[in-house]
Amino acid sequence: MSDQLDPLRALDEAGERHLPDRVERHTPKPAGSSAIVETSHEVRVTTPATVCGMGHRMKRKEDPRFIQGRGTYVDDVKLPGMLYMDIVRSPYAHARITKIDASEALKVPGVLAVITGEDLKQAGNLHWMPTLMSDTQMVLPIEKVVYYAQEVCVVVATDRYAAADGVEKVVVEYDPLPVVVDPFEALKDETIVRDDKELKTNHIWHWEAGDREATEHVFRSAAKVVKQYMHIPRIHVASIETCGMVADFNKATGKLKIWMTSQAPHAHRTVFALVSGIPEHKIQIISPDIGGGFGGKVPVYPGYVCCVVASIVTGRPVKWIEDRSENLQADSFARDYHITAEMAADADGRITGLRVRTLADNGAADAAANPSKFPAGLYSICTGSYDMRAAHIAVDGVYTNKPPGGVAYRCSFRVTEAVHMIERMTDIMAHELGEDPAAFRLKNFIRPEQFPYRSPTGWEYDSGNYHAALKLAMEMIGYEELRREQAEKRTRGELMGIGISSFTEVVGAGPSRDYDILGIKMFDSAEIRIHPTGKAIARFGTKSQGQGHETTYAQIIAEELGIPAEHVEVEEGDTDTAPYGLGTYASRSTPTAGAAAAVAARKIRAKARTIAAYLLEVSEDDLEWSVDRWQVKGSPEQHKTIQDIAFAAYTNHPPGVEAGLEATDYYDPPNLTFPFGSYICVVDIDTGTGEVKIRRFVAVDDCGNIINPLVVEGQIHGGLTMGLAPALFEEIVYDENGQNLTGTFMDYLLPTAVETPKWEIGKTITPSPHHPIGAKGVGESPTVGAPPAIANAVVDALWHLGVRHIDIPITPQKVWKLLRDHGITE
Amino acid sequence: MSTHQITLTVNGASHSVQTEARTLLVHLIREQLNLTGTHIGCDTSSCGACTVIVNGRAIKSCTMFAVQADGATIETIEGLAGAGLHPLQEGFWEKHGLQCGYCTPGMIMSAKALLAQNPNPSEEEIRYGISGNLCRCTGYVKIVEAIQYAAAKLREQQTQEVPA
Repeated sequence: MSDQLDPLRALDEAGERHLPDRVERHTPKPAGSSAIVETSHEVRVTTPATVCGMGHRMKRKEDPRFIQGRGTYVDDVKLPGMLYMDIVRSPYAHARITKIDASEALKVPGVLAVITGEDLKQAGNLHWMPTLMSDTQMVLPIEKVVYYAQEVCVVVATDRYAAADGVEKVVVEYDPLPVVVDPFEALKDETIVRDDKELKTNHIWHWEAGDREATEHVFRSAAKVVKQYMHIPRIHVASIETCGMVADFNKATGKLKIWMTSQAPHAHRTVFALVSGIPEHKIQIISPDIGGGFGGKVPVYPGYVCCVVASIVTGRPVKWIEDRSENLQADSFARDYHITAEMAADADGRITGLRVRTLADNGAADAAANPSKFPAGLYSICTGSYDMRAAHIAVDGVYTNKPPGGVAYRCSFRVTEAVHMIERMTDIMAHELGEDPAAFRLKNFIRPEQFPYRSPTGWEYDSGNYHAALKLAMEMIGYEELRREQAEKRTRGELMGIGISSFTEVVGAGPSRDYDILGIKMFDSAEIRIHPTGKAIARFGTKSQGQGHETTYAQIIAEELGIPAEHVEVEEGDTDTAPYGLGTYASRSTPTAGAAAAVAARKIRAKARTIAAYLLEVSEDDLEWSVDRWQVKGSPEQHKTIQDIAFAAYTNHPPGVEAGLEATDYYDPPNLTFPFGSYICVVDIDTGTGEVKIRRFVAVDDCGNIINPLVVEGQIHGGLTMGLAPALFEEIVYDENGQNLTGTFMDYLLPTAVETPKWEIGKTITPSPHHPIGAKGVGESPTVGAPPAIANAVVDALWHLGVRHIDIPITPQKVWKLLRDHGITE
Repeated sequence: MSTHQITLTVNGASHSVQTEARTLLVHLIREQLNLTGTHIGCDTSSCGACTVIVNGRAIKSCTMFAVQADGATIETIEGLAGAGLHPLQEGFWEKHGLQCGYCTPGMIMSAKALLAQNPNPSEEEIRYGISGNLCRCTGYVKIVEAIQYAAAKLREQQTQEVPA
């Protein structure tokens, strides 16, 4: 492509003068492991159905309350004397506030208070708060607003209708300022979004990974180089439950009790303590049933802080529940990466290098939820599944007049952007070389014997067998036959495409030496208590939002201790009772808290051995573990079950040994885990309307050992659908004034059951060598892997016409226009 | 704002309540009748989380005023189970037709109305039948299976009740 079509070129030309490094260059250095890991196709089951340990298709324990309408989501919490809060939002994306007049609002029956930024300032500088990326963000503005729908002030009233009436009556006068929506324009620093900062620039940070010189060298000697600009547009997680809170500050006890849509209640408690000055032991956050999170419930939004302040000010419980438009217009977004990528190959068609320049549009604050050393998240995983000599990645963050972000969208810290880029580039290279995209991938994959594999950007992939996954997907879909069909159809002018994506995920953040959020290390925790009758309660620092932790964690404990999963109560989300943890996002629950469950259970098993030896009057060395019991080696009829041992722990514990049977583990993973998979998508394109019809989609996932196949299938189906969504439908669109044009579900299109294909899934199992139960995490792999499979299929259908790339979402309008541009008129 | 006395039958129980003219049916169900199984997801009739059955038809209760339901018979998720789970509830549990559970009550109520009209729907008919209900977690495959499970079970029950 010509440089004219490369907007990122400006970044390099700007050079160091305009783009100073503000973040230490960081190349991750994960821990080593050297086991060679075999791949299988069968789920490992070692416990009987009565125990229901790992590998059983156990029906979910949490479901009975949900299918009967008896879950408890935040909006279901109702307290005596509870008030409601609603928010006045800005109609401008950038404007000075000249006046806020609440006098008419306060006359509305039921309205008790209007809280402004000035009030928050008086209350102890609460009008600003830190983001999870150590940037700052306004809670309520005093001088100016910086994005459309920004929170301006809040109204507190006796019911939600009165609060909404009050919002209508607040008069705010604005003096509009020039708006910068385009991140490339923002880099010119003509309009400064954040003039509160010392440096008057919209440039936030510069970050690099890989080896620049080695990469330049590889490109100089390349036989073939391909280059492509692509935009991964702004999207929104749009969980069906929006965000909300009930805050109840009790003046008598000084305790603040909060019900909150939180994926990370412990981290949020710490943030609230640091921001508000309320001692942390006087804050209790309860994250009840959560109606989907996907990353959108990780940040602290201004509404939460205002709700807490409203309770403190009024002395009564206050509820705040966003409506859908507020959710889509003001909450954290995902993606919005502008990427120029170059890939180099040698004369044999082997990929040798990757060079990537990226501009990250963060909106009005860097409010991403990445580990703090990783301003672009784990984007440097972008060499993907391919063995290459060198890579260099540079990313710059920039402010614009759009809502702050960006969080993930069911994705582990910018991995989706990385995977989309590498999988598109791989396809472009294969096509340019005239090679079949599947054969090209098989030739360039990291080979099984290369694991643990050190990537050019410093990652150590724990295990993988990429060839097995792609070959299975090809077999399932009948790849060769499809290619024959495509060739035949092409002669008749019919447009059919086959797209492949062979992705590598990186999840389970993460090892404490590199991974923290606001300084808090990214371990996670489990605490297991066995009751005298052999039943158990287990509490975790994570928080399910639908992933099924109440079932899968119980199965891990059942696997390790033989206590039936039915007999293990799993609790999460109450900071007064659960051990500290960083929460659930980025597919980290199984890699971290799931590991903690296994390790804590093993601690209990070790103590159980001491008790069993005492009860059986043998040496501990004479005992061996079998499913649910310690038994005498060679004489299994002499045994004590875990239930016998639990009872003895409280009624007849050995002298010199503490009573009770419980354990806690804070698991600090030695490395991340690297799930992977190969997806193949077949599309037919309607030449009349430009509509892309997904005929088949086969997904082969490898997430290591499987805890519950039913839950894993559900996670994959859901993830694929959230991969389909941005590929074909979803995009947050702004006009030149920074107005959000996609603020309802009538404009922001989520796929329904009609648009969603019948997903066909397969699996390979390559355990993680360093994880206690060999699991890797799965919730986000399909979201990461699906979009490029779909995009590659569409481009594959149109390549012979001269189409090289289409940005997602691939809407009928885009395809229709491309078809017309290339002479297809019906 | 005018207030009105209305009477409605919800899950077999008669309620006589005072409500403002502007109160949405979903708010009356959730906040006055304390039946919080019906959820709110979008305010624009797009997501279907608030679906209840009014006089036999699945409707989105976020887009109906409570006063419009005066005299109506309403079924919500809480009224579905009898002595045991309803076949739809059973199907959703058996087939893993839910994850976060937030869309589930609305999805089940839409499915109930669908099966009342069409006891033996094809997969395509099921997909169109629930296209007014958004689910962000499941990808719909297992929801379709759950409804197929329930349809089969309901047909079987009917055959047993009315022998040929």
